[in-house]
Amino acid sequence: MSQEDLSRQAYWRAHLRLLGICLAIWFLVSFVLGILVAQPLNAIQLGGYPLGFWFAQQGSIYTFIILIFVYAWRMNVLDRKFNVHEE
Amino acid sequence: MDQQTLSLLVVGATFALYIGIAIWARAGSTSEFYVAGRGINPIANGMATAADWMSAASFISMAGLIAFLGFTGGAYLMGWTGGYVLMALLLAPYLRKFGKFTVPEFIGDRFYSKAARIIAVISLIVMSVTYVIGQMRGVGIAFSNILEVPLATGLIAGMAVVFIYAVLGGMKGITYTQIAQYVIMIFAYTVPAIFIAITLTGNPIPQLGLGSTLQGEDTYLLEALDKTMVELGFHAYTAVGGMSMLNMFLLTLALMIGTAGLPHVIIRFFTVPRVRDARKSAGWALVFIGLLYTTAPAVGAMAIWNLVNTVHPGEIGTEEGHLAHADKPAWMERWEQTGLLAFEDKNEDGVIQYYNDANEEFAAMAEEEYGWEGSEIVTLDRDIMVLANPEIAGLPSWVIALVAAGGIAAALSTAAGLLLAISSAISHDLLKGVFMPRISEKNELMAGRIAMAVAILFAGYLGLNPPGFAAEVVALAFGLAAASLFPTLMMGIFMKKMNKEGAIAGMLVGLLTTLLYIFTYKGWFFFSGTAMLPDNPDGWLLGVNPTGFGAIGAVFNFITAYIVMKFTAEPPKDIQDLVESVRVPRSEA
Repeated sequence: MSQEDLSRQAYWRAHLRLLGICLAIWFLVSFVLGILVAQPLNAIQLGGYPLGFWFAQQGSIYTFIILIFVYAWRMNVLDRKFNVHEE
Repeated sequence: MDQQTLSLLVVGATFALYIGIAIWARAGSTSEFYVAGRGINPIANGMATAADWMSAASFISMAGLIAFLGFTGGAYLMGWTGGYVLMALLLAPYLRKFGKFTVPEFIGDRFYSKAARIIAVISLIVMSVTYVIGQMRGVGIAFSNILEVPLATGLIAGMAVVFIYAVLGGMKGITYTQIAQYVIMIFAYTVPAIFIAITLTGNPIPQLGLGSTLQGEDTYLLEALDKTMVELGFHAYTAVGGMSMLNMFLLTLALMIGTAGLPHVIIRFFTVPRVRDARKSAGWALVFIGLLYTTAPAVGAMAIWNLVNTVHPGEIGTEEGHLAHADKPAWMERWEQTGLLAFEDKNEDGVIQYYNDANEEFAAMAEEEYGWEGSEIVTLDRDIMVLANPEIAGLPSWVIALVAAGGIAAALSTAAGLLLAISSAISHDLLKGVFMPRISEKNELMAGRIAMAVAILFAGYLGLNPPGFAAEVVALAFGLAAASLFPTLMMGIFMKKMNKEGAIAGMLVGLLTTLLYIFTYKGWFFFSGTAMLPDNPDGWLLGVNPTGFGAIGAVFNFITAYIVMKFTAEPPKDIQDLVESVRVPRSEA
């Protein structure tokens, strides 16, 4: 296997690791905090919002936005590190 | 100037703007027609994507839907936004790297199969056509309800405008008009929301107002709303109700993967210059979508609060606690004329009782205790919640005109995106890809324009004569996108060894199981009376709502594709190299 193939594989593995972390957060804020444990979380208040309700109707959306930008930023770093970035 | 003239003027001005943009942004090549010459700035593309994505349903119906569901309405909010995370992480950058014009084109090339491409074209056309009917209908309804002109007149005016900018400008014209439409739409949505938030809570930001105390009191708005809803026999607003946890979970998942698999949204990411722009652009799209989607819960909760407190101004069950039928405010009487709102004094006591009479225990108690004989708001269309909002809050007439223009902008921008997806599938995938591979660029561009014109006429006809199933088909569109396109695209990128046999089998199984499940409960091809099981939680298999079945169809697609792949030959070397190349932003193709 050539040097370039090895670096390709390492790039893809690092990429998959980043994807895994991002998708875990995506799942956590929506399906876990916004649905599965929302009912008990509602006992906690965030200002006038019960917390579970806040995740389902506000917090998950804010997290999604931040998540995409963080992913884009980390990918740009990764692209440069493995020298596969665009001009 | 009366309200109708003012509204017509505002809508007319927006139409003039769209046509002006169309003349400025004509398409001269197929690349400009299909993907705006790949020259769109990622932020501009994010804004256009937001307008493309947010339909009449998002603008008019979503807040009302949330108002009546409460907490579980979050399924729609999370589902329709979380899909962008999947799109940004799993599809958009790779498909942009692939660097072609359409979604079926990727499927056809990646799975080295014309059959796969044709299956993708068929599911694209089915889902886009069903989806576009609702948009054309939305244009007509916005005209007839708000501008008080006949439905057909409004629809034809809308069609004429889309015709001009979509046929002339293709993706380029559509993109620039969508940017203008987003601005109009978001302005029209947030201005009434800000006024209502100030009136109720004193906080001008709706997202913060929803978490604030009521003006002049120290009770939180949501706390007070929970208490009132329970007193009227409904479930507490912030608690689970209206659908089960299982269905909330499945619906959220089906909407997320459905959103990520909608071809008219995916192709928007073909218009940016580079892979890194595609990643970032999805984030910008979600910023612009999130602006409306985080306002919607405030609009919904405040609208139901206003409604309940108008009907029950005092303590429930006491004489002064109820609004007299004779004292209804003007906006209620106006909406009664449209038939979307209706009252009936069932116990003939002269005052209105609005409560949950489907809650048997509560209804029995209310009859015994207060002498109520059923909820006296007998029709309450959820779309009123957004459309009547400015009137409920007593806002000036230019705001009402703006809401009309916003609703029409939402419907037109989505319709244009869908029409482009349909016409490019026909001219590029079917005509050039399958039947006439040697067609010249000039003729292909002409074919694209003709396909667009035909699609507009067809969608307009269906908008005027909607099949009886228009409401259910949106669920079908999402179910198909979730069960057929999303898994296939994802496997095409992330599983190098996925082959043509696996992909085709998976797509067909996903498509057919989803169609079968929906038809079982909604009727074969939506003909009423042909449903085989009752469409309610008792009839659903394991309690799964057909609307959320797309998530399960997607799982079937993945499993089938994997099993078939194991027993068939692996894809040729050049295809595996193609997969390698879409995975990195810069590489020799």
